[in-house]
Amino acid sequence: MAKKLSSLIDSPVSIITNDGRNIIGTLKGLDQKLNVILEECYERVFSKEAGVEQVTLGLYIVRGDNIAIVGEVDEHKDSGTDWTSIKAEPLKHIVH
Amino acid sequence: MLFYSVFKRLIGKEIVVELKNDLALKGTLHSVDQYLNFKLLDVQVIDEERFPHMVRSSSSRARKASVKNCFIRGSVVRYVQIPPGELDPEVLQDSTRTEVAKEHASR
Repeated sequence: MAKKLSSLIDSPVSIITNDGRNIIGTLKGLDQKLNVILEECYERVFSKEAGVEQVTLGLYIVRGDNIAIVGEVDEHKDSGTDWTSIKAEPLKHIVH
Repeated sequence: MLFYSVFKRLIGKEIVVELKNDLALKGTLHSVDQYLNFKLLDVQVIDEERFPHMVRSSSSRARKASVKNCFIRGSVVRYVQIPPGELDPEVLQDSTRTEVAKEHASR
């Protein structure tokens, strides 16, 4: 699996964790356990009442166990999205 | 390993993967590995109103998706919906049984 994702190194990715958080950052590295290193990352906090809030996090290492999805971010389209106008319930936790 | 080969045969087909957080993603299966991690291309979210979190097609004309391709960890998958006719349940049932029988024989 790491092989498939190593092509994404140095490109922006969106990660959804098992507790429903959405972290966006530049993928700097990963291993066969899907632990990832994210540079200059931020979290998009979704809520029903207000638009999406972006919280700067910095450099993060996320343990593979806690990762649900790794998405390739199309920067062009992503920056064209007005996230502050989007209201949605936060994602649920992964329940095994 | 049996289901790994089953999914390998579905590469290139459009499937829907439902996750254990109720999020459902539809996309073309690009690859699968031994852990049943999936890589999907041209991802669409089912019920986008409720889940605009990663893929967002704008309400206006142009389709916008900030995430086009994604990797899904096998451990968070609840269901995989396979297009009708792609899989013969009887053949699958037989194969699961022969696999179990093989395991028994080798023990």
